[in-house]
Amino acid sequence: MAVLVFAENSQGRIKKGALEAVSYAYAFAELLGEDLEAVVLGETDSNPSETLGRYGVKKVFHYDDADLNDFNDQLFTAIVADLVKEEEIPVIVMAQSYDGKALAPRLAARLDAALVSGAVQCPVKDDNGFTVRRSANSGKGIETVLTHRDTVIISVKKNSFGLNVNEADCEVEEVEYDIDMTSSIKIVERVQTTSKVSITEADIVISGGRGFKGPENWGILEEFAEAVGAGTACSKPVSDMDWRPHHEHVGQTGIQIAPNLYIAVGISGAIQHLAGVNSSKNIVVINKDPEAPFFKHADYGIIGDLFEVLPKINEAVRKHKASQA
Amino acid sequence: MKSLVCISHVPDTTTKIKYTDDGKSLDTSGVTFIIGPYDEYGLVRAIEFKEQTGEGSVTVLCVGGSQVEPTLRKALAIGADSAVRIDANPLDGMFVAKQISDYARGKEFDFIFFGKESIDHNASEVPGMVAEYLDLPFVSQAIHLEMDGDTAILHREIDGGYEVLHSSTPVVVSCQKGISEWRIPNMRGIMMAKRKPMEVCSATEGAVAVSTERFELPPPKSGCIYIAPEDAGSLVEMLADKGLL
Ligand SMILES: Cc1cc2nc3c(=O)[nH]c(=O)nc-3n(C[C@H](O)[C@H](O)[C@H](O)COP(=O)(O)OP(=O)(O)OC[C@H]3O[C@@H](n4cnc5c(N)ncnc54)[C@H](O)[C@@H]3O)c2cc1C
Ligand SMILES: Nc1ncnc2c1ncn2[C@@H]1O[C@H](COP(=O)(O)O)[C@@H](O)[C@H]1O
Repeated sequence: MAVLVFAENSQGRIKKGALEAVSYAYAFAELLGEDLEAVVLGETDSNPSETLGRYGVKKVFHYDDADLNDFNDQLFTAIVADLVKEEEIPVIVMAQSYDGKALAPRLAARLDAALVSGAVQCPVKDDNGFTVRRSANSGKGIETVLTHRDTVIISVKKNSFGLNVNEADCEVEEVEYDIDMTSSIKIVERVQTTSKVSITEADIVISGGRGFKGPENWGILEEFAEAVGAGTACSKPVSDMDWRPHHEHVGQTGIQIAPNLYIAVGISGAIQHLAGVNSSKNIVVINKDPEAPFFKHADYGIIGDLFEVLPKINEAVRKHKASQA
Repeated sequence: MKSLVCISHVPDTTTKIKYTDDGKSLDTSGVTFIIGPYDEYGLVRAIEFKEQTGEGSVTVLCVGGSQVEPTLRKALAIGADSAVRIDANPLDGMFVAKQISDYARGKEFDFIFFGKESIDHNASEVPGMVAEYLDLPFVSQAIHLEMDGDTAILHREIDGGYEVLHSSTPVVVSCQKGISEWRIPNMRGIMMAKRKPMEVCSATEGAVAVSTERFELPPPKSGCIYIAPEDAGSLVEMLADKGLL
C-alpha cells in the first residue's frame, strides 16, 4: 500500500511537470497516511532519488533500461499495471502531459480504475470514494467528481498545484520487467520544432495576435521572450496565416496553457482564445482597443499601440536585468 | 480504409458556460451544439482517405440520446457514409469507451478516429480506453497522418516538437489541428445526408467509474490594473515586485 507517482522521464530528466505531479501525490499520500513511491521508466542522467527525494518520494522503482527511453503506451501500461498489482497500490498519480494523456486512460481501462483527469486540487476523502476538483468546459468551469473504484488514477493539470519541497530519505530499487511485446508502433524520428522554452512548461508566455500586422514584426515579442526566458505563443489566425508555426497556437483548438504569467499582445480575447489561456495565474493584456474583451480577464492592462508599448517594456526589462546583475 | 469516427456532441465554442442551479449539469438553454472541433479533424481525414483511394467507408458514431442526431447528420453532410447512435447518456469516459469498443469489436475498422479531447469534459480519456479495451496501438494528439503502403505514418505532438511514428493498422488515433482542415458542408452534402443511414443501437452494460458531484464557475477576476501606455515600462517593476519576472 502506497501512493505511486509515475515520474515521467523526458530523455533522461525528470521535468518540472512530473515534479508537480510528485508534489501533488505527496499531499495525497499525507492525507491517506501512506508512503509516496515513484516509478521511473528508462535511463536517467542522474540517480532519480536525488530529484525525487527532494519532493517527498521514499522509494523509486527504476526500470533502468534503454528500451524504455521512448514512450510506448502499450508497454508502459503493461509495466505500470504489473507493478501496481504486485505492490497493491490503490492510487496512481501522473502529470497530464502528452505522455500522461496517452498512459492514464489506458492504465485505467487495464486496471478498471477510476480516472480523474486534469485535477486541480488534492482529493478529499468521502464515505464513498474521493471527491476531486478538475478543470472542465475548456477551463470555463470546475467540476467536482466522485470516484467509484478501489483503484484511483489522477492526472494533474499543469501549473495547477505547484512544486513543494519535502525532503525524504529515498531509496532506489532497480527493477526489470518481464513482458514480451513487439510493439506495432515504431518511433522513427523525433523532430524538435523549437529550441526555445516549451509553452506548456514555461512560467511566462508572451503571445501575439493579429495586431502584429505581419510575420515580420515579431522581433519585439521575441526580444522580450529571450530577455526573460518566456515561451512564445500566438492566436489561431496568426498560425493559420503562417505568420507563426502551428505549435505556438494556443486556445480552444490549440494548446492549452496555464503559465504563471501570460502576456497577450494585439489579441482581442475571443472566447475560443480564452479557453486555452484562462487558467494562467496572471494575465497582462496590451491592446489599442479599450473595448477588447480580453481586458475583462486581465490582471494588468495597457491600452495602447503595441509597437510603442512593447519596446518600452523591453527597455525596462533591460534596465531591470542590468540592475540585478 | 474502413474508418470509424467517434464524435462528441458539445456546446459551440462561443458558449458562455452556465450551470443549472443545482450545479449538476450545464444549463443548455440557448446553447447550440456542434461536432467536437478536434473530432472534426479526424472526420475530415477519414473522408479524405476515401476520396483519395475511392475505396473504404466512413462510419460516425456518437454515444448519446436522440438530441445528438442533428450533430451526426452534420457529419454525414460533411461526407461520412453512415451514422451510429448508441442510445445512452454518456455518463463518464469509461462508460462511453466501453460502448464504443463493444460496437467496434469484430467490425475490422482500419482506423478508429477521435478528437484529442472533448471540449466539455476535456478528459482525453475515451480514445486511450478504447485502444486498451480493443488491445490496439494508440497514437495520441496526431498532427499528421498518411499511408505508405500498409504502414501508417503519423506525427504525434510532444513538448517542443513531434515524433514521427510508423504503425500498422488497425490503430486508434486521436486528432488535432494539422491532420486536416475543417470543411463546411455544401448543399449537395446536406441533401444527401438526409438519405444516409442512421442506425440506433442499444447500450451494453457498463458502470460508471466517476460521477459528477457538481459544477461551478471559477472565481471571477478581481479587476484589471491599468497602466498608461507612456508609462508601460513600469509594468516590469510591478511584475518583478510580485515575483513574476
Ligand atoms: C471553432 C473555433 C475554434 C477557435 N479556436 C481558436 C483557438 O484555439 N485560439 C485562438 O486564438 N482563436 C481561435 N478561434 C478564433 C477566434 O474566434 C478569434 O477569431 C481569434 O482568436 C482572433 O485572433 P486575434 O485576437 O489575433 O485577432 P483579432 O480578433 O483580429 O484581434 C486583433 C487585436 O489586436 C488589436 N490591435 C490591432 N493593432 C494593434 C496595435 N497596433 N497595438 C495593439 N493592439 C492592436 C485589435 O484591437 C484587436 O483586439 C477559433 C474560432 C472558432 C470558430
Ligand atoms: N459521447 C461520445 N460519443 C462518441 N465519442 C465520444 C463521446 N465523448 C467523447 N468521444 C470521443 O472521445 C474523444 C475524447 O473525449 P474525452 O475523453 O471526453 O476528452 C472526443 O474527442 C471524441 O472523439
